[in-house]
Amino acid sequence: MSTTTEPDREDDAETRRERLTRLFGGGWIFLLLIFLIALFAALRPMQFGSAYNLSQLTINAAILLVLSIGQTFVIVTAGIDLAIGAVLVFASVLSAKTMLWLAGAAGTTFGTTDASWLVIGIGSLVAVAAGMAWGAVSGWLVAVARIPALIVTLGTFGMALGLAQIITGGVDVRAMPERLVAHVGAGSIAGVPTLVVIAVVVTAGAAVVLHLTRFGTRVFAIGSNAEAARRAGINVRAYMIAIYMISGALAGVGAVMSNARFSTTTIGGHGMDNLTTISAVVLGGTSLFGGVGSIAGTVIGVFIPIILLNGFVILGIPPFWQTVAMGAVLIVAVWVDQLKRRAQERG
Amino acid sequence: MDAPLLEARGIHKRFGHAHVLRGVDFAVHAGEICALVGDNGAGKSTLVKILSGADAPSAGTISVEGRPVVFASPAEAQRHGIATVYQDLALAPDLSPADNIFLGNELMRRGLAGRLGFLDRAEMRRRATEQFARLGVRLRSNKAPVSSLSGGQRQSVAISRAAMWADKVIFMDEPTAALGVVQTARVIELIRQVKQAGISVVLISHNMPQVIEVADRIVVLRLGENVAEFHAGDVDVDRLIAAMTAGTPTARSPS
Ligand SMILES: Nc1ncnc2c1ncn2[C@@H]1O[C@H](COP(=O)(O)OP(=O)(O)O)[C@@H](O)[C@H]1O
Ligand SMILES: [Mg+2]
Repeated sequence: MSTTTEPDREDDAETRRERLTRLFGGGWIFLLLIFLIALFAALRPMQFGSAYNLSQLTINAAILLVLSIGQTFVIVTAGIDLAIGAVLVFASVLSAKTMLWLAGAAGTTFGTTDASWLVIGIGSLVAVAAGMAWGAVSGWLVAVARIPALIVTLGTFGMALGLAQIITGGVDVRAMPERLVAHVGAGSIAGVPTLVVIAVVVTAGAAVVLHLTRFGTRVFAIGSNAEAARRAGINVRAYMIAIYMISGALAGVGAVMSNARFSTTTIGGHGMDNLTTISAVVLGGTSLFGGVGSIAGTVIGVFIPIILLNGFVILGIPPFWQTVAMGAVLIVAVWVDQLKRRAQERG
Repeated sequence: MDAPLLEARGIHKRFGHAHVLRGVDFAVHAGEICALVGDNGAGKSTLVKILSGADAPSAGTISVEGRPVVFASPAEAQRHGIATVYQDLALAPDLSPADNIFLGNELMRRGLAGRLGFLDRAEMRRRATEQFARLGVRLRSNKAPVSSLSGGQRQSVAISRAAMWADKVIFMDEPTAALGVVQTARVIELIRQVKQAGISVVLISHNMPQVIEVADRIVVLRLGENVAEFHAGDVDVDRLIAAMTAGTPTARSPS
């Protein structure tokens, strides 16, 4: 028998170190966002604060936000989804091809088709279903075949992107339904860009599911200690598969948004989506070790690089500096997360 | 006299060629703390796994209040009122004590919200607080994640969780092995509280003075067989150690 002596702290209140790390771990990134907004608004109020600029900012954030929400679910379970951008490309290609075919337009058509809302609806469902299918593949390989998520999603990344290129011969589908482009891509609902409305709805829904439901609590539990969850009678495998399917489905939603916004598929444009979403999620305080995270944090994490880039452009700073700044901020974010963990585990 | 809460007769367990349990008899009666002691490798953990549904015996019978049962899983043992506090603390460290207590048995809101999967966090927290109060567990914080609690408090949360979902027997396999002196004393106090709450405890420990102090009855295993059984008042450390290291099998009860 070993009796390790550790200090008895049963009655201690929160220590000062814990309070500091909680503050820095949880809130500092939000303060950084506020600081950036205040800084750019003060330096260039006319340009940065203009309605046009603000609406551009949110439109730029919309697709990335939807993808990052899916990534948040995955990372909370201590997983990772590198396939996100490739699944988006695959889903957008399949969706665009389906809509072209249903509208009876030739595959080489440029510009827009006059496909009906029904066709657009079917095309959107195809995109979401394709994303879910890839998620099911990744999830099964991670949860049942027990292959590390990093490898699995690197594999599905290659497969989804490769298949998208095979389907299209590597050439983007450049004809989208007119209604999709006009009303979803460029349109607005009650003055708010439709893309932003979609992102807000997805984000609010995800926040409710993750933070208020049994499903969400169990997602946190699985990320925190999968073995404990299993012993508590939770079907961890089914949950893991569902999580990757959610991420895939949201990549499908992102595909529809991307098709609508750019009026073309963007096969070459999503190679960095996985890293961009991962850094947004981690910036937002979600731990790569799993078990800790929030949707609100991810929203902040998505906006920081976008506002940084926007501010640099407005100030005339070469935008490459944004890349440098973001790299540094990301490393600091993970460092703070680790400090926080260590301080807690000392307890 | 009533049938024991939980009774095992003639339990054998083989792992391939290793014959780890060789016809062990074991009973847990209502309202007692029963210690299970023995040298390393005596088969204590294996027996506990079998009695709590985590493993199946190669031969032998188990009955709950006199009725034969077969536990296919820990969940099934739990339905019979039997739970285990695992040696390695099966808690989710990032969740609050209340969320841990209700993990897998979450309370849902009433009506439509509940059917949509919404949790009743307030009620979960309220009942967890009630449970901690019942067992005399004082936590530094009820909302902070379990990982921020001390080792003893974490163990207390794990025991409170088991006591929430088992109303007959709780097995504790070396619950104080990793704890310091003060925290060990608190966990022992908690074990007494669990007994007070009407739940029997089976305690595995290598700390002989502790065992003699807290247990009502002590069962000694050696090399997979029963070698002695004592009432805690009638035994000292030397006799316990002698039985653990050199005891010979006791007469098997007729079955
Ligand atoms: N899964 C297993 N496979 C093979 N042998 C095992 C297994 N589990 C336990 N044993 C063996 O059974 C014996 C009893 O182990 P255990 O029940 O852990 O003893 P105790 O808890 O009393 O120290 C040991 O010799 C151990 O090596
Ligand atoms: Mg053991």
